[in-house]
Amino acid sequence: MGMKPSPYATKIPYEEKDNKVVGGRPNPADRSDAIDKVTGRARYAADYNLPGQLIGKVLRSPHAHAIVKSIDTSEAEKLPGVKAVVTRDDFPDMEVEHAASGELMVNFRDVTRNMMAREKALYDGHPVAAVAALSESIAKEAMKLIKVDYEVLPHVIDVRDAMKDDAPLLHEELFTKGAGIEPDPSKKSNIATRMESKLGDIEEGFKQADFIVEHESNTKAAHQGYIEPQASVANFTEGGTIEVYTGTQGHHVFRAQIAKLLKMDISKIKVVPAELGGGFGGKNNVYLEPLAAQLSRKANRPVKMVMTRDEVFRATGPTSGTNCKVRMGCTRDGRITAAQAELNYQAGAFPGSSLPLASITVFTRYDLENVLVVGHDVVCNRPKVAAYRAPGAPMIAFAVETAIDDLARQCGMDPIDFRLKNAAKQGTQTHFGPPLGQIGYMETLEAAKASPHMNEPLGPNQGRGIASGFWFTIGNDTSATINISEDGTASLIFGTVDVTGGMRSAFAMIVAEELGIPFEKVRTQVGDTSALGFNFMTAGSRGTAAGSMAVVKATRDAIHRACEIAARKWEVETDQVVWENGHARPASANVGDFEPLSLAQLCKEATWFGGTIAGHAEINVAMGGPGFGTHLVDVDVDRQTGLVKVLRYSIFQDAGKAVYPAFIEGQFQGGAVQGIGMALNEEYIYSDKGTMENPGFLDYRVPVASDVPMINTHIVEVPNPDHPYGVRGIGEVPIIPPLAAISNAIHDAVGVRLLDHPMSPPKVLKAIDEAAPAQAAE
Amino acid sequence: MQNLRYEAPETLADATALLAAEDGMARVLAGGTDVIVQMHSDLIEPDLIVDVKNIPELTEIAKEGGAYRFGAAVSGKTLMLHEDFNKTWPGVMDGVRLIGSLQIRGRASVGGNLCNASPAADSVPPMIAAGAVASVIGPNGARDIPVEDIVTGPGQTCLDKSEIVVSFLLPERPPRSGDAYLRFTPRTEMDIAVVGAGVNLTLDDDGACTAARVALAAVAPTPLLVAEAADALIGTKVDETALEALAAAASAACNPIDDKRGTVEYRIKVAGVLARRAAAIALERAGKNQ
Ligand SMILES: Cc1cc2nc3c(=O)[nH]c(=O)nc-3n(C[C@H](O)[C@H](O)[C@H](O)COP(=O)(O)OP(=O)(O)OC[C@H]3O[C@@H](n4cnc5c(N)ncnc54)[C@H](O)[C@@H]3O)c2cc1C
Repeated sequence: MGMKPSPYATKIPYEEKDNKVVGGRPNPADRSDAIDKVTGRARYAADYNLPGQLIGKVLRSPHAHAIVKSIDTSEAEKLPGVKAVVTRDDFPDMEVEHAASGELMVNFRDVTRNMMAREKALYDGHPVAAVAALSESIAKEAMKLIKVDYEVLPHVIDVRDAMKDDAPLLHEELFTKGAGIEPDPSKKSNIATRMESKLGDIEEGFKQADFIVEHESNTKAAHQGYIEPQASVANFTEGGTIEVYTGTQGHHVFRAQIAKLLKMDISKIKVVPAELGGGFGGKNNVYLEPLAAQLSRKANRPVKMVMTRDEVFRATGPTSGTNCKVRMGCTRDGRITAAQAELNYQAGAFPGSSLPLASITVFTRYDLENVLVVGHDVVCNRPKVAAYRAPGAPMIAFAVETAIDDLARQCGMDPIDFRLKNAAKQGTQTHFGPPLGQIGYMETLEAAKASPHMNEPLGPNQGRGIASGFWFTIGNDTSATINISEDGTASLIFGTVDVTGGMRSAFAMIVAEELGIPFEKVRTQVGDTSALGFNFMTAGSRGTAAGSMAVVKATRDAIHRACEIAARKWEVETDQVVWENGHARPASANVGDFEPLSLAQLCKEATWFGGTIAGHAEINVAMGGPGFGTHLVDVDVDRQTGLVKVLRYSIFQDAGKAVYPAFIEGQFQGGAVQGIGMALNEEYIYSDKGTMENPGFLDYRVPVASDVPMINTHIVEVPNPDHPYGVRGIGEVPIIPPLAAISNAIHDAVGVRLLDHPMSPPKVLKAIDEAAPAQAAE
Repeated sequence: MQNLRYEAPETLADATALLAAEDGMARVLAGGTDVIVQMHSDLIEPDLIVDVKNIPELTEIAKEGGAYRFGAAVSGKTLMLHEDFNKTWPGVMDGVRLIGSLQIRGRASVGGNLCNASPAADSVPPMIAAGAVASVIGPNGARDIPVEDIVTGPGQTCLDKSEIVVSFLLPERPPRSGDAYLRFTPRTEMDIAVVGAGVNLTLDDDGACTAARVALAAVAPTPLLVAEAADALIGTKVDETALEALAAAASAACNPIDDKRGTVEYRIKVAGVLARRAAAIALERAGKNQ
């Protein structure tokens, strides 16, 4: 993000055509990954075992903030069965160096400190040592023998507390950087960065307003909640190479990070991405991989490490907890004249929250003249945040979309009409950079307005809420290779890790469409790092959108090769041969009268006419094709317990063009369910010692199936003009609106405004009870 | 955990002898839905596990005259499949049905739920409200203990380390009796009670309440039998005024803590709300049980 778009980035114009395969609904059981996942055959990272492997475990800080004065591992090393112990002394220190790791940036100086504490332990669960032993119980026993001398320091958990002048400081070298802070500050701070973006004249905008609404929201950190805990198996060979089997959203990025952290050549490392049991941005960062590799190097044996759920919660990235202040004004007839926001985002123990992304999304649904957005990236004694599906956006949308709701009410306007009146469209200038291209936001609002959901009757204490969200689609480096087998079937290798499970099928559909062969004749696999050129992570909704650009290019490359073989056989020029319906044909009658040749027939001729048919692509895909969505939710509020029940939920989202509609619907539903869980109950709870109180699924309350209704989905199709199949990223938008939509629905049901997350029963009941006297008086 | 011993005796005498002989940590294992989870999360490291599921007395459901006796290790699912027991004690079954999920109930027992001694155990308040009595056996003989007296604090019971609960006796039911249990959790399943309330009552021919017992969960260090709440119902027609008084008495009996699952203020208020709602269901059930 913030990177200048490269003039060499690849765009392929959208072609409107009748597709035979793309856009269809193949039997979901034909998804190549489906049956294996159901029967338990799919191999996740923890299912990999190497001969002679050891089990590695991590010793973690029980303190939120402490100087690590010394670590004595001698007793642990003497325990029979212990083969290696590593601490900070086993890893080289890193210079400040930034790199993209998914949607967020990382700094290697911090990455090495996060995977293994150096000067200080900065959160409960921060690794301080790791052990490899013959069994898990020996490793656990060994951890008890490691003596760590801590000097416990005062800690700070909440973002507002961390911003105070007298807050305990996490980092000695941290001075606030960024926009609007001159001269350079002389006082250390937990505020790592200040950001600012603006449009027009905010003061003037408020002068024009008839109504002004101010919202201050607070949100707790929420975890991605993937079912599969982090797991890695690493084998450091005598030849000085490393193989790593791991759960990752980006094996090439992990490879580069492991190389950096262990000071090795990238090419000496092979990372094999396992089947992924959920990531949602949480598997964009290395945690165990460098530890397992270094333990393996020391022990001379493969090392397997699997986190417990407790470790996942305490030490892998949740999303930022936030404090957001929003002020918006509009005219009596519902035109927004000014929009201002302050975003204060927890980064966790090291700088680098989702703030840069969140601040792009703040008002990017509306066509505004006067905008001011200020943001702070703030460190505190929590695990370093990681990306979580539309990182940072749900929290600021919570404040903004509820303010929109209140403005609409003040104008006496329907909340959808109010949004339509102010909706962004092609050409709308954003507050952070370029104007918007062809988008489908208005279409989602119109679809919501026209939906049968709007006519469902509501009972007493029931209410309806609406909210919208925006997210972009990133491009970045993408590679793919297609090999046409001797029998004319196709084998695609791609490198955008299939985090959703649907990408393999979506790509098979695209390859089938391009080649003109049946879907069943295409096999698609994720290749390891040795199989392909660099692939950036599956992040920023880019998996299918960007991945398929490389797939299309590689397939067209193979088609070109197939046409070349036909041309050689027919003794004509390659450009005199066209590819149609799975056959090479003469481009016109002038070329000659040749029988069309199928892929299978061409394969038989390939050896003589130059060699195997294959194609490949290594491209930087241009960023583009942002997505917009609108959600409608009906809730029932129990006035005596504060329980909010979701009765009905509908999603209207622009997917560009749907390659595999059933899977898009699944993404819409999954995103919304995560958003509903976050809205109602999910939160990190800390003790006064700064330790996490609920590191497990019993008390970190993600919704269970019976908590949510069937979620209705409506795919809006406004094609992305720069993609051959019109695809937009769709995975992230659906988690953005639920918080605000549910707050709006609660307001509609019982007349109280919740801006304190999560909207759990105690908070809802308190708000109802506090409002009761005033409501009774009315 | 490297020296864990597992035994599955077939008689009560063998079971209590094994427990008595163990110097280290011993744990009785019924369904294991607490024990195994606690072992996995390193909360306990037992030296001896005594599985009691092979002992007939712990796994039977039988009628003794008009009363019901069921084994402490009978699984929730087995109870759910017993039609007459469900008709007789719907409130006890409300509690049993709320434990975990289908898979958990396939193993989880009422004996384990009680002896795990969580203040939030779901089958315990309706068992207390039902007036259930636990038959306990140890190396020195047998004794009967009312269920409300078993739990003495979070994770603590009045049982000696070599004693086991064999079975529960639920008294014969007079006509026009009904019971009910409600719990509050933010989620519909797989959650722990923030508050639970069990009510058991009997009506006379005019619809006046002649007997009642009210028990609460998760509002104090142990499940509570609340006599004042029962008194609010006895002698009334369980009308609006009586229900108000019941709610007030239930709230007043609470001695909760603030924790990750709920606040003091919230638990006190919702205990009254649930007691009232549970009484309304028990009343309706009593009306149907002519
Ligand atoms: C996913 C999940 C969800 C759950 N949800 C709920 C819920 O909603 N509500 C709820 O109340 N509980 C819940 N539980 C907890 C648990 O399932 C119940 O407490 C269950 O009833 C325990 O029964 P058990 O037979 O499995 O006990 P065990 O685990 O076998 O034993 C529990 C304890 O009782 C002791 N014990 C067992 N039987 C005897 C006996 N006969 N005599 C003496 N001591 C004995 C054991 O030594 C142990 O200390 C849940 C557990 C899980 C894992």
